[in-house]
Parts: sequence; C-alpha cells; structure tokens
Amino acid sequence: MELMEIGLSHYLSLAAMLFTLGVFGIFLNRKNVIIILMCIELMLLAVNVNFVAFSAFLGDLTGQVFSLFILTVAAAEAAIGLAILVVFFRNKGSIAVEDISSMKG
Amino acid sequence: MSTLTLSHLSPMLPDLFLAVAGMVLLVAGVLRGNESTDFIGRATIFCLAIAAALLIGMEWSRAEILNGMFLLDPFAGFMKLLVIGGLIASVALSMQYLHQDYIVRFEYPVLVLFSGIGMMLMVSAHDMLALYVGLELQSLALYVLAAIRRDHIKSAEAGMKYFVLGAISSGILLFGISLLYGYTGTTNFALLADTLSANMSLGVIIGLVFVLAGIAFKISAVPFHMWTPDVYEGAPTSVTAFFAIVPKVAALALLIRLLFEPFSALQDQWHQIIWFISLASMALGAFSGLVQNNIKRLLAYSSIGNMGYALIGVAAAGEMGITAVVVYLTIYMVMTAGVFGVVLCMRRDGQAVEKIDDLSGLSQNSPALAYALAILMFSLSGIPPLAGFFGKFIIFQAAVESGLYVLAVLGVLTSVVAANYYLRVIKVMFFDDPADKFDSEIAFSRKLIIGFSIFVTLVFILNPSSLVEKSRAAASALFNDSHYVAAESNTDAS
Repeated sequence: MELMEIGLSHYLSLAAMLFTLGVFGIFLNRKNVIIILMCIELMLLAVNVNFVAFSAFLGDLTGQVFSLFILTVAAAEAAIGLAILVVFFRNKGSIAVEDISSMKG
Repeated sequence: MSTLTLSHLSPMLPDLFLAVAGMVLLVAGVLRGNESTDFIGRATIFCLAIAAALLIGMEWSRAEILNGMFLLDPFAGFMKLLVIGGLIASVALSMQYLHQDYIVRFEYPVLVLFSGIGMMLMVSAHDMLALYVGLELQSLALYVLAAIRRDHIKSAEAGMKYFVLGAISSGILLFGISLLYGYTGTTNFALLADTLSANMSLGVIIGLVFVLAGIAFKISAVPFHMWTPDVYEGAPTSVTAFFAIVPKVAALALLIRLLFEPFSALQDQWHQIIWFISLASMALGAFSGLVQNNIKRLLAYSSIGNMGYALIGVAAAGEMGITAVVVYLTIYMVMTAGVFGVVLCMRRDGQAVEKIDDLSGLSQNSPALAYALAILMFSLSGIPPLAGFFGKFIIFQAAVESGLYVLAVLGVLTSVVAANYYLRVIKVMFFDDPADKFDSEIAFSRKLIIGFSIFVTLVFILNPSSLVEKSRAAASALFNDSHYVAAESNTDAS
C-alpha cells in the first residue's frame, strides 16, 4: 500500500478537531474549573498548529512568530486564570462549575 | 529593512510614555506598599493627562511605523483621546470607593493604566499581531480588576466568568486570524486589504466570521453578551464603571478599523453579520432590562442595547455612519461616567446598596443626586433636548440615509421600550416613599465628574457641530485612499 503523504489539509483538520474539542470541553464540562483551563489551553494550541502549518506551507515566518507570541500570552493567561481560581476557592471552598452561580438573571 | 531610530517611534510617544510611567508607578507601589495608593492614583491621573497633552500636541496625519504594525491617523488619535479621557474619569471615580470598600491596593490604578495602554494599542493596531497583543494586554488587566475584591465571593465569581469567556473569545479570534493568515499569507491590515480585494475564498470568510465573533465578545454584542450582566453585577462598582466607560470604545474602534480597512472588500459579507448583531443587541438590551432589580445589572443591559445602537452606524458604513458612531460613543461615555458617579454614591451605613428600590424617595433625601440621575436617565432614554437624544438622532439619520430603514425603525421602537426602565428609575426616585438616607460624604473628584457629565448633557445641544466636525474629521481618515499609497511605500522599505 502506498504511504499517504501528510499535507496541509491534515494539519488543518487536526487543528480544527483540537479546537472543537476545546470548545465542547468548556461547554459540556460540568465538573471542574481546572478542566476549563485545560480546554482553553487546547484551543490556543490548536491555533498554534494552524499557524505553524500555514507558515511552513507558505514559506513565510510570520506565522511562527505569531505562534511564539500566542505561547507567551497563553502562559500569562493561565497564570491569571489560576490566580483567580485560587481567589474563588478561598471564598467558596469549591471549584465545581455548578457552584459558580451566585448571580443569575 | 531600514534602521530604526528613536524618531521613527514618535507617533507612539503617548503609548510609550504611559508604558514607562506604568512600570515606574508599579515599582513605586511595590516599594511603598498600599499606603501609597492615593499617591499612585493621583500620579496615574497626572500621567494620563500628560499623555493626552502629548497626543493633542502631535500631528495626526497618517503614519505607519514598526513595519506597518502601528498606525496613527486622525481616527486612531481621536479614539485614543476618548480612551484616555475615560481612563482619567474611571480612576478619579474609583479613589474614594477603594477606601470605602476596603480594596485599597496600589495595583488598582496601575492595572487600569496597563489595560489603558492595551486599549490604545488596539486602537492603533495595524497588524493582526499588534491587535492580538493589545487586546490581551487589555483583557488580562481587566480579568484581574474584576476579581480585585479578593474577600468577596461575587467579585471572585465575576473574575472567573469574565476570564473563562474572555479566554474563549480570544481563542475564537485567534482561530479566525490563523485562517485569514493561511488564506492570504499576511497579517498586515494594508496587505490584507489588497489581497482580499483581489481574491477571496471560503476560508477567508470563515476567518472573518471567527474574528467578528471574537470582537463581538469584547463589545458584549448579542449573542456574545452573556458575561456582561454577571460581570457588571459582581465586580466592585468602580470597576463596573470602568468596564462600562472605556473598553467598549476601544473594542468598537478596533472593529471599525478592521471592517473598513482589511475587510473593506468583504462588505457584503460582514454587513449581514453586523446588521443582525446590532438588531439582536438592541432588542435584548431593551427587553431584558425591563425585569432587572439591580441597578448595575440594569446598566449592563443598557450598555448591551447601546452597543446595538452604535453598531447601526457601523452597518450604515460610509463616512456618515462612522461619524455617527464616534459622536454616539463620545456622548455615551460622558453620560455613563455621570450615571456611575451617582451609583457609586449609593451607600447606606457604610455598605454599598445596589437595588433600584434603594433609590426610592431619593428626591426628598438628597435632591441634588436625584436630579442629577434624573437628567442622565432622561438623556439615556433619548429625550430631547439632552445629549443622549442627539446621539440617537444622528445614528438613526445615518441609518435612514444609507437605506437601513428596518434597523432605524426597530431602533426607535426598542429605544421606546428601553425608555421604560430608565423612566422607572426616575419614578422610583421621585414618587415612591422615601427609604433611609444615603451616606452623605462624596469626594470632590466624584462631584466634579458628575457635574461635568450633567453639564455636557445639558448644554451639548447648544453647539453640537464642534463634536460632529471633529468626529467627521476622524471618520474621514478611514475613507480616503491615501493609505494604499502609504502601504506600498512601506512594503518597498521592508
């Protein structure tokens, strides 16, 4: 059997699947806020796959530079997210998603 | 690539100045602790005033620097001036509140300043990378501000919700940018405009939709508004005031820049999207506001509705429409600053109260506050001859002139519905039995801002043309073709 070559479309499909998993993970997850943080990270990594794949395909470095920026900002974002989570846990004593509901309407 | 000298950076002088000032103030705060909060707050206002003076003193003719990453033109200049004005008002409104609610932290004004720098970068962004970095600088500071009252469950929850939904919106925005990059091979706005006018594919349109969805989150337009009421209610009131006054102006300026520069060739596509979210925002803002009891939640729905009106002007496209948006945003900012000035005064026995019923009989207890809020509420509901009426008028005029009759008619109808809840506040203040008195000590800075807001609201009608002319000068910068020439010379240089 002839080996299939891995082309741009495969990378894009992978990125689209990871991104969708991330989005669905956020909205379907009813348990734990940490999982939401992991899903956000998954979304950003999917975008990085997209950028690097396009960058290699186009022979243009902008995409790789962009993905480095995304990695850096994602690190800062995760730090802030965890800090807010700690503040929330101190007040509520829980990080279950269903407990983030004192305001409605 | 041409060598970089310091004089090349002169168009971003105010931004650079604020960035350096922010870091100096942060270090000063760390060294001197939370007792220095008042000093840092005043220093922040002072630095913002210097930045505004620098900006006014500069020539706003179109200049692209840093390889087309950063742009200063009359539109960016005017919107930055609005942003700086809003930042000054928010810091000035906050300082007394910080003491009253025991959140005296020197980080507070510094975070406001950093998010402000992010907003100024967003307004000046001329490349997707600059856009992303500016947006994240703004958002990261805003997440922390929402959760800054650490011992309070609602504030922590507001921070959590804002963070999660904001991070999702950033992810969506980035996914759109990656598709745009892949299908056009560039992230620069001018090059994107050239490429998109030559050819467009399905991938580009999907990318456009993702980018618009990401930015709609930031301006809290329906259907991406769900964070707004909770964050407005949960965040400390001074932070809510900040959220309502400034970030939306920057995000809307960014949206306008995107739609009329890189995406100008895709107008047929984005026009339908903007049309829909404008209508949906107006309708949701009007009808959901009717059942609210919390004044901060009410103002959240009011801001959603107001973004809908501003988006009518964007949908109207053209110079007239954007002029209307700029006028509308300016008036809206001034009115919101005044309204939140009054809401910050709603305290009883040292505790903040935020139910609409808490305002009952305010006209007997403290008539000055009651009349101030009444004027602002009349203005927000669009009663002539107040400034709010003029803002709505110019928006609807632009809509009718560009043939958007459905939006204009529905806009008028929803503003009638929305007038119901603004007028209910007035009815509660003037015709209900008085509740207990509010605490009477009000800082001078807060009085000053409420006074300024009322003054502008009342006398705006005497001389509307000066603001309209300035807005037109800003808007016309988006519609002359000279920037294509600038873009070409820029690519030659690189």
